[in-house]
Amino acid sequence: MTGPGLDIRLVACAKTFTDGTRALEPLDLDIAAGETVVFLGPSGCGKTTTLRIIAGLERPDPGGRVVFAGRDVTPLPVEKRDIGMVFQSYALFPNMDVAGNVGYGLKVRRIPAVDRRRRVAEMLEMMHITELAARSVDQLSGGQKQRVALARALAVRPRVLLLDEPLTALDAKLREELRIEIDRLLRNLGITAVYVTHDQAEAMALGDRIVVMERGRVAQVGTPREVYLSPANPFVARFIGTLNVVSGEAADGHLHLPGGRLALNGAGSIPASGRLSVAFRPEAVAVIPLINPGDQPHPDGGLIGTVTAAFFLGDHIRLVIDGAGESAIVALAPNHHRFTPGDRVHLAVDGGAMPFAEG
Amino acid sequence: MNWRFIVPLFLTLLLCAFLMIPVGLSVTAGLTVNFFQGVESGLTLRWVAEVWRLYEGTIYLSLLIAVSCLGVTLVLGVPMAYVLAKRRSRLTRLLEELLVMPVAVPGLAIALALLITFGGFREFRMSWAFILVGHVLFTLPFMVRAVLAVLSSIDLKGLEEGARSLGAGFFRRFFQVVLPNCKSGIVAGSLMVVTLSVGEFNLTWMLHTPLTKTLPVGLADSYASMRLEIGSAYTLVFFLMLVPLLVALQWLGGPTSPRRRSSIDPNRRRRP
Amino acid sequence: MDRRDTPFLILLALPAVIVFSAFFLLPLARLVMVVGEGRDGLATYAVVLTHPRYLESLVATMVLSAGVTAVTLALCGVVGVFLTRNRFFGQRLVVAMLTLPLSFPGVVVGFMIIMLAGRQGLIGDLTQALTGNRLVFAYSMAGLFVAYVYFSIPRVILTVMAAAEKLDRRVEEAARSLGASTWRVTRDVIIPGLAPALVSSGAICFATAMGAFGTAFTLATRIDVLPMVIYTEFTLNANIAVAASLSIVLGIITWVALAIARSLAGTTVSAAA
Repeated sequence: MTGPGLDIRLVACAKTFTDGTRALEPLDLDIAAGETVVFLGPSGCGKTTTLRIIAGLERPDPGGRVVFAGRDVTPLPVEKRDIGMVFQSYALFPNMDVAGNVGYGLKVRRIPAVDRRRRVAEMLEMMHITELAARSVDQLSGGQKQRVALARALAVRPRVLLLDEPLTALDAKLREELRIEIDRLLRNLGITAVYVTHDQAEAMALGDRIVVMERGRVAQVGTPREVYLSPANPFVARFIGTLNVVSGEAADGHLHLPGGRLALNGAGSIPASGRLSVAFRPEAVAVIPLINPGDQPHPDGGLIGTVTAAFFLGDHIRLVIDGAGESAIVALAPNHHRFTPGDRVHLAVDGGAMPFAEG
Repeated sequence: MNWRFIVPLFLTLLLCAFLMIPVGLSVTAGLTVNFFQGVESGLTLRWVAEVWRLYEGTIYLSLLIAVSCLGVTLVLGVPMAYVLAKRRSRLTRLLEELLVMPVAVPGLAIALALLITFGGFREFRMSWAFILVGHVLFTLPFMVRAVLAVLSSIDLKGLEEGARSLGAGFFRRFFQVVLPNCKSGIVAGSLMVVTLSVGEFNLTWMLHTPLTKTLPVGLADSYASMRLEIGSAYTLVFFLMLVPLLVALQWLGGPTSPRRRSSIDPNRRRRP
Repeated sequence: MDRRDTPFLILLALPAVIVFSAFFLLPLARLVMVVGEGRDGLATYAVVLTHPRYLESLVATMVLSAGVTAVTLALCGVVGVFLTRNRFFGQRLVVAMLTLPLSFPGVVVGFMIIMLAGRQGLIGDLTQALTGNRLVFAYSMAGLFVAYVYFSIPRVILTVMAAAEKLDRRVEEAARSLGASTWRVTRDVIIPGLAPALVSSGAICFATAMGAFGTAFTLATRIDVLPMVIYTEFTLNANIAVAASLSIVLGIITWVALAIARSLAGTTVSAAA
């Protein structure tokens, strides 16, 4: 269907708004043809600004360049860039029915009515909304609206698809459903896609690569695996998934904590002694219920704490444990265990902990 | 039932009576053979016919001016409203402030200013276009406001960006996306403009000539110099002209004078 | 915001700006200049503000307008709150009747008062039947007062009703639960809650009354309200400088009143009557 996507290169793209606020620090990024790149970060981190610069809805500050397949498109406005765009607010035209919306880009491109109708039907079918063709957009549910918006953006066979928090306005179940659909579309079409979201699960599921942003800067670029398992800094680590951070005194390759001690991995880069913080994911913690009151932590490294809250979440149990570190530790346990607040547990951190320089 | 209900109810009905009884009296008088003798003297359409004979021209002229005024305010006001909705800067705020001034400044002062400035252009001064200018000045703010109110209630920016991402240029966007989506404001503004133009007196009285009398000018003339029955019959004709406009306005959701429509919220968040 | 649109936007705004400048700003500037070119030059302003006849008419018009405003606010305050608080048969009709005169030109309002209190008016008939004397006040200051109240009611009642609908009834209920009497609730809760609407619609009402010409023209050929004085000076005495300066004074008064209204209510208002 759509031809292979084109590659995008951002060179020193910065954005300062007229009121002087710096929304985006100079950013360089290469997006390969057909790749899906997800910009992830809290609101105000500059991810939407970046998307709008790629789209041509904003111009980068002087010196910044946007290059599509080797061609500098910086001076081109959005309407000349041949992109498809999907908005959080859908931005459907209320004065047109569904078919009118989907066919609008074709009409702008002066595609003959016959071809237009055929293409619209094809798009509606692809998005499973054929029966909505004659509906007014006011009569659609949120999920239907976003399907129409996707069909509309893809109808013109863009080589780049830009999605600005397309699922944020939808409820959880629909979000999951459409996310799978978008994933399928992006893989099948081979289109270059840039996707903006603040939802890390969405980013993980969709992105070939994730660009984590913080306050106008790129915090990390990497595959979902890299970003999750080797976060570049505490911000990335905290933003993606839950992270336990504990602080204590480091000595003889271990970190000493109120509930016992943790083995430190990669000891070479760690100061032999002194105050240190380490971090680990909840799923890295192995939880064993203790039976005898006199049980001691495992000599190779382990902590003893008390369950203060246990949430049964279906596929696993989420535990909050006090007494092991200076602050509460979150851990996951298999769903066949039973925990009640007050239970004493032994914690082992699988594969060691990641040291942080923040001290 | 207690006095807290009865007293205000009584006052409400009293106000209704105060406002509506004269209307009823006037309608009756316009259809009565001799109002001094009362309805017993019989009902007649004679006075209405008389009004038609004497003042037919004023009715046509009023309609002509109202329709022309509508045309001009549409051409001037709708694009202006779009510009004001799209750009909120010091300049556009000033522009908006100025545009609304003819509503705040008494018509008499505007008419005087027009007479002093353009009174010397005889052809213009003697034509109905002179009155049209006054009406356009006075009604333009209402059109701008009505359209602006709708434009600022819809997601104009989102719609336009949607259209642009699909390749639509400026005028295509304006005609295919912006205009169709502020239709309700245009309709409300149009009704307002026609209603105001048909009833405008303050400016018109100063600007009219014996050959360019509008309906309200004719009304004032008949009140001053004709018998009460003719004045009443004339007023009745005017009411009949208002009815369709008022019904349409009501149907659009109540009285839509621009002061009922909230203006743009100055604190509305915008991407700079 | 895309700068590329700017030339097109200027193009769209241009017709309105040109027409408006040529037919409003330019004439208004001429009006100000005409005063300067008159016999007394810019001192004309001093003349109109000190000359007994003009000063009296200015004061009389302001007193009349203030009185009309006070009475209209009181009436519409009670009725507006009542209409939003109670549901009864024919209520929509009542609201429609109270707002209908919104579209009446000033001359028609004047005529309505002639029907009510003129030489052949209803009040005349009633008083003659009751006392033997015909009460005719349409052509006096009292008639003007009643007429101004007539056209002010629809304007004010809409604003009051809109504001009364937004009042939080729970605050009243809280006041009652604390033992406040109806009067105290009115004074301490309802009136403060309506205050912005009352002030803004009061200012509109005042400005409208100040500038009302059609009504005065129909009723008050012998009463010197400011618009009538301007009209007489211009047409009968051909005293253009005085007429211009008076209308500028009038324009400033109404404009200031409406600016106050707008700053309090955030709306644009009309002084048409």
